[in-house]
Amino acid sequence: MLELRNVTKSVGGADHIRDVSLELRHGTLNVLLGPTLSGKTTLMRLMAGLDVPTGGSVRFDGVDVTGVPVQRRNVAMVYQQFINYPAMTVYENIASPLRVAGAAREIIDREVRRAAEILRLTPFLDRTPLQLSGGQQQRTALARAIVKNASLVLLDEPLANLDYKLREELRAELPRIFAETGAIFVYATTEPHEALLLGGNTATLSEGRVTQYGPTIEVFRDPVDLVTARTFADPPLNTIVLRKEGSSFLLDGGATLPVPAGLSGIADGAYTIGFQPHHLSLASPGAGAAPVRAVVAVTEVTGSESFVHLSFAGERWVMLSLGVKIFEPDETLEVFIDPRHLLVFDGDGRAVRAPARAA
Amino acid sequence: MASIQLDHIRHAYGAKPKSPSDYALKEVHHTFADGGAYALLGPSGCGKTTLLNIISGLLQPSEGRLLFDSRDVTHLPTEARNIAQVFQFPVVYDTMTVFDNLAFPLRNRGVAEDEVRRRVGEIIEMIDLRDLAGSKAQRLTADSKQKIALGRGLVRSDVNAILFDEPLTVIDPHMKWMLRSQLKHLHRRVGFTMVYVTHDQTEALTFADRVVVMYEGEIVQIGTPEELFERPRHTFVGYFIGSPGMNVLPVEIDGRTARVDGLSIDLFAPVAIPAGARAELGIRPEFVRIGRDGFPATISKIEDVGRHRIVRATLAGREIAAIVPEDAEIPADPRVSFEPRGINVYADSWRVETEAGS
Amino acid sequence: MNKTWNNRAWFMVLPVLLLVAFNAIIPLMTVVNYSVQETFGNNLFFFEGVKWYQEVLNSPRFHAALLRQFGFTGLILLIEIPLGVAVALAMPRSGPWVSVCLVLMALPLLIPWNVVGAMWNIFALPDIGLLGYGINALGIEYNFTRQPGAAWFTVVLMDVWHWTSLVVLLAYAGLRSIPDAYYQAARIDSASAWSVFRYIQLPKMRRVLTIAVLLRFMDSFMVYTEPFVLTGGGPGNATTFLSIDLVKAALGEFNLGIAAAMSIIYFLMTLLVCWVFYTLMTKGEEQ
Repeated sequence: MLELRNVTKSVGGADHIRDVSLELRHGTLNVLLGPTLSGKTTLMRLMAGLDVPTGGSVRFDGVDVTGVPVQRRNVAMVYQQFINYPAMTVYENIASPLRVAGAAREIIDREVRRAAEILRLTPFLDRTPLQLSGGQQQRTALARAIVKNASLVLLDEPLANLDYKLREELRAELPRIFAETGAIFVYATTEPHEALLLGGNTATLSEGRVTQYGPTIEVFRDPVDLVTARTFADPPLNTIVLRKEGSSFLLDGGATLPVPAGLSGIADGAYTIGFQPHHLSLASPGAGAAPVRAVVAVTEVTGSESFVHLSFAGERWVMLSLGVKIFEPDETLEVFIDPRHLLVFDGDGRAVRAPARAA
Repeated sequence: MASIQLDHIRHAYGAKPKSPSDYALKEVHHTFADGGAYALLGPSGCGKTTLLNIISGLLQPSEGRLLFDSRDVTHLPTEARNIAQVFQFPVVYDTMTVFDNLAFPLRNRGVAEDEVRRRVGEIIEMIDLRDLAGSKAQRLTADSKQKIALGRGLVRSDVNAILFDEPLTVIDPHMKWMLRSQLKHLHRRVGFTMVYVTHDQTEALTFADRVVVMYEGEIVQIGTPEELFERPRHTFVGYFIGSPGMNVLPVEIDGRTARVDGLSIDLFAPVAIPAGARAELGIRPEFVRIGRDGFPATISKIEDVGRHRIVRATLAGREIAAIVPEDAEIPADPRVSFEPRGINVYADSWRVETEAGS
Repeated sequence: MNKTWNNRAWFMVLPVLLLVAFNAIIPLMTVVNYSVQETFGNNLFFFEGVKWYQEVLNSPRFHAALLRQFGFTGLILLIEIPLGVAVALAMPRSGPWVSVCLVLMALPLLIPWNVVGAMWNIFALPDIGLLGYGINALGIEYNFTRQPGAAWFTVVLMDVWHWTSLVVLLAYAGLRSIPDAYYQAARIDSASAWSVFRYIQLPKMRRVLTIAVLLRFMDSFMVYTEPFVLTGGGPGNATTFLSIDLVKAALGEFNLGIAAAMSIIYFLMTLLVCWVFYTLMTKGEEQ
């Protein structure tokens, strides 16, 4: 188990990581999700031992490893750039960590072939990385991380430089690869969609802080605060500040939303509600939803779905509808917010209570 | 503004191409209409960047002609083509202010300072950078820099076309949404011809009126996002567009029935397959239903991606993906059915036209 | 236990510390020591306070050497930096000629300093040297051992020949790091060659040029070997730069106190100028 206890890192007075505590277990996949400069890479460097934390401690399987440099830890890392030895064949590239460790020839051969099989590189073992496609180059880097038999594998946006479809394929394979090794995997990404596809656990990062850590789908559905909800939303989370009075939320323009059943007890006053684009619709979802009049800014059609960008009371919303729906800009639409899927946050941005999933 | 006519263009990077495989770009013959928004979509190495470079003038095609509004520009250098381009990595003039960056193309062309101020004022408003007009461009975020790069194109009223080379690569997901919708909005406002190169289907589909799907140096389909989704002309289009891509099953066609390993699937309309051709059935995960009716299947994996679930199932020994809505129930004894209107039939990877489907 | 392991790393640095101590700190302390004492030999020393410093700072000889030094450094910077940038711009960006140019450029940098001095001495001799003979043949009287102007011309030319390559290599490295997209964007924006230089190339070369100026400043400010071999500081004192003057004071006249005080002043001046310059050049980037 990798434990970070109150880890901080500041460089020249600027806090890059603020008071991060995490426990990552063997055989799990852990996604670090956050925008550029949220501290993902810095956190990984601290986990690896490439950097020493300014405060707090790092423990591995119960042993304090704070300050132990990366060479003395069993860590593998894969980067966004495809880093391989250009002059060596794929075989030699994969074998390199074993050669450094002084493994016997038969063991090297067995391990390299096994990793190549997992990553479907067997036909390319005699080529050099420059003769490979980007996807194959990154597979080589991944294979090298696997043969190292590291107990901690850090992947820093490993698919970011690949084509969309290649990314999809490799991403689908990754959980299987992870499952076979039993190591702790840490995967950094800026894309919420990628975190959801990978599953496992997710830690959301914002400005050097881990805002929430838990099973990926739970963090997505029940964010503890507005920052987490925003970090974990693509398209961006729709939000609106409104007032609760009795059993209703009051919106601009006289629209009302019923307060979800479990929340009827909360005090009247100002709240921020958040809802996903697919919980905004043209048809009434029932359950007492009242229409909201919003103005169309632009419509994007993907062929199977339409993203309608709307503005309402100074907020920008996105509505996701199935099928092709084209609306003219400045057209006013009546749209419905699904009250069963509301995220409600108080004045400090903390979740008042996560919504119950409708059956 | 201008239409862009690609007249039998071919390109090979080597000196003396012999076989068709020597061409990075095989025979492209198409016209981009004046004021249209086009996307060139395909995996790396499909020739989309080569085509863009030919339009921008960075490359001279080995064969064929390029015309802007029926004026031959094949041999004109970039600067004489009156185009604008936004690159993968934001190009700004670091030491200049945002305002001066936008004014730069106009001042270089000797536009009077009054006019410069008027045009830049208008564009800076459009790209939402009014508050940063006096800041040095160097200190801005990647998305603002990319807006400046776009603004330098928009500011010129005489521009023939604006070209985009994977412009959102270095932009964070949230900002991508903002920039994409702003770009779409701007296109409607200014009406320039725009050509957008990307490997990202979401970007291509949401940006373009018509998407040009390229594969191995060839255009395999040009169509609206809806056409590409519902009637992919080639199994590659089905695979490349959509996430996950289209399910493709080898079948035997018999009039209105497709047979796959003992299962009989009803088709929307009768289909005739040329003799000897390899027949396949394509159906998008969006049109695969998981419920209590249909063929028995075993589910191997369910990926919950929030707004829906991707179900991976095995049907008659074949892997098949289905998309199931957030709140839909998946029975313990699941059965798979296909929505007939979502079925396409392919002969040797190319779509077979049917009465009803085309 | 990790602490122990970590601390042991300091032992690795120890040899360097010792080396620096012997090389720099101990000699420097000796110099500081000399600069505040008077000696008449026999290892007898008398404390003199800041007397030598006052003497040096008030001496017209020091002022003259300092002026010459700034003149020389200023002149070669004014020539070498723009010339180096110009040559770097003219070099091919790709192709087989790149390596040819780079090797040619690196050649002067590989020649030992005293050899450079000796070479130019012979090269510039008015009777047998190609340069000296050539200039005289053009009808211009030229003799660097007699005319101060000719001596300056030769010293500066020699330094330009020897060191412009360094600026070229640094500037070229800076230019190569500019992505092609910038040049394409500039063409699309109809930028003139001057605009490309002013708004793309120069800003992108800023860092390397800062380094180039610093290196050339420090080196030329302390220049000794080449002018000494070429002119010996003459004719008269025409090319007696600070370091040459220093050696004359210390070894020629055995004025240890004066020489030591000069050294300290010299050292502080170099440090100060470098610091001011570096701060100015990097100020814009930090914000």
